[in-house]
Amino acid sequence: MTTGEMLLKAAALEQIRSVKYAKRKRVNQIALVMAMGAMAFGLFWLFWILFETVRLGIEGLTIATLTQMTPPPNDEGGLANAIYGSFLMVTLATCVGAPIGIMAGIYLAEYDTKSWLASVTRFVNDILLSAPSIVIGLFVYAVVVSRFKSFSGWAGVVALALIVIPVVIRTTENMLQLVPPGLREAAYALGAPKWKVILSITLKAARAGVITGVMLAVARIAGETAPLLFTALSNQFWTSSLSQPMASLPVTIFKFAMSPYENWQKLAWAGVFLITMAVLGLNILARLWAGSNKH
Amino acid sequence: MSSTLPATEHLLNPSGKFSGHAMTTPPRPKAARSGPLFDRIFAWLAKGSAIFTLVMLIAILASLTISAWPAIDRYGLGFLTSTTWDPVKEDFGGLVMIYGTVMTSFIALLIAVPVSFGIALFLTELSPAWLKRPLGTAIELLAAVPSIVYGMWGLLVFSPVLSTYVQQPLQAAFGHVPYLGTLFSGAPVGIGILSAGIILAIMIIPFIAAVMRDVFEVTPTLLKESAYGLGATTWEVVSKIVLPYTKAGVVGGIMLGLGRAIGETMAVTFVIGNFNQLDSLSLFQAANSITSALANEFAEAGEGLHQGALMYLGLVLFFITFVILSLSKLLLSQLRKNEGAKT
Repeated sequence: MTTGEMLLKAAALEQIRSVKYAKRKRVNQIALVMAMGAMAFGLFWLFWILFETVRLGIEGLTIATLTQMTPPPNDEGGLANAIYGSFLMVTLATCVGAPIGIMAGIYLAEYDTKSWLASVTRFVNDILLSAPSIVIGLFVYAVVVSRFKSFSGWAGVVALALIVIPVVIRTTENMLQLVPPGLREAAYALGAPKWKVILSITLKAARAGVITGVMLAVARIAGETAPLLFTALSNQFWTSSLSQPMASLPVTIFKFAMSPYENWQKLAWAGVFLITMAVLGLNILARLWAGSNKH
Repeated sequence: MSSTLPATEHLLNPSGKFSGHAMTTPPRPKAARSGPLFDRIFAWLAKGSAIFTLVMLIAILASLTISAWPAIDRYGLGFLTSTTWDPVKEDFGGLVMIYGTVMTSFIALLIAVPVSFGIALFLTELSPAWLKRPLGTAIELLAAVPSIVYGMWGLLVFSPVLSTYVQQPLQAAFGHVPYLGTLFSGAPVGIGILSAGIILAIMIIPFIAAVMRDVFEVTPTLLKESAYGLGATTWEVVSKIVLPYTKAGVVGGIMLGLGRAIGETMAVTFVIGNFNQLDSLSLFQAANSITSALANEFAEAGEGLHQGALMYLGLVLFFITFVILSLSKLLLSQLRKNEGAKT
């Protein structure tokens, strides 16, 4: 091969390479633009949903929304009983579910980390964490409602508590695992019994994270509708008695939004606005709280 | 990290080795002496709570099966292939709802998987550092919005838009084309399988994107940097290094999203139309899903066969999600195991 031929071949190769390179760059650019598009697509829905919720929600929101009972169709009224019912059931469900969740989380992180019971529990917990919430409703219906022959606030509390437990277990375990073992060992070396080490050393050190978990659980159940549909049902009137059907914000929104009555739909938007703000507020608060306590 | 714990526990647990010596040592303060008993109570409380979760799962399965027994006994597996759903004549079959659930989840995945992949790619490789956190948080907040908000927004805001700007133009363009036309037939109200699928997709995008982002970040930086060093483009690094490395995790994340989509109630109930017949394959035909049938009919269903049939549907739903979530968990933990072996 002469030098000329070699040069020609090199030039040809170079050309092929640059064509290939240009193609690779183009593919890359297309992919990256599409990734940006995907990001914009995701945010677009978030903003659209939040925008409509705020716009229509504020429109429907009045003082009466917070002070008056749910009205019959085409009548003035508010959501007071539904807000109260939601508040009551969510509070009680958290009080029931959170301690059980925290104790189980302690078991997984502090007692048995590797036994079969722990791994099975972890597995089951992850399943329950994403199990359809309507199935929890069916379960509570079968166990509580059909036994006592009546829909009741208590049944709603049980259903919500069962949803709280897996969320709290998960975060408690993760947060306890972040506590350095040295801290525990120091406490043991001082002669502290195990329960004391857990309660006043590890749990205290992981407090911020555990509370965050509970807050996230509250945010989750505050918006849950499906498990309340056939446990607490709904109630048009103010009731503090948990043995009767009880109104809740999500179920009331469901009923009102599906109806053709204008005033009901307006109230539903106001309710959706309240719930969204409460849930997002709790989430943001939990994040800030967890972030500020990290260091 | 916690592997050092068992050793210390064993030595110092008052009910363990040292408790024998406790007799010979001088009496300890009261608080410390109450230790062993309280210790045991505390341990049992903790263990009891863990066992409670296990019992919960078994109890759910058992109670659903018992409540569904009238229907299981009557129809057996034929329930899954029958399309009649007639509460008046008490004749029930679940195919319409199962079709609705499968179809809406399928549409949701079709939209959500590429979008979530794009979002994860953007967040891990493209986004400037200062944008990473706020954008990640925004996507996570989208996951926290209660499903009833999606449902109501879908019914009152999104369906009319879908009807005017998508369904009617499609009907005008393809309405008379055989086969293709049937896909778009139906009343122009924007309610039905497609609308439910889109809302579900919006709902599960954040779940899948968050998992994908997390598993993408598992890829060792060294591996990525070597590829970049060889001259690979960002897309080549993601598609040829990151994706193969995190394959199991990505599939696990998709499964997690699918599990959510199948079990989602409110978002679907609002927009699917709740129509118990399978007349046409139109994407705009009102249909029904397992969850929305339960949400709409259960509280009014009479005891006996109707309730049993609905419970049977619930059991089927729980079984499907159980299998999907187990698979997802298995795949995700496999990635974690591999990661441990390689570092």
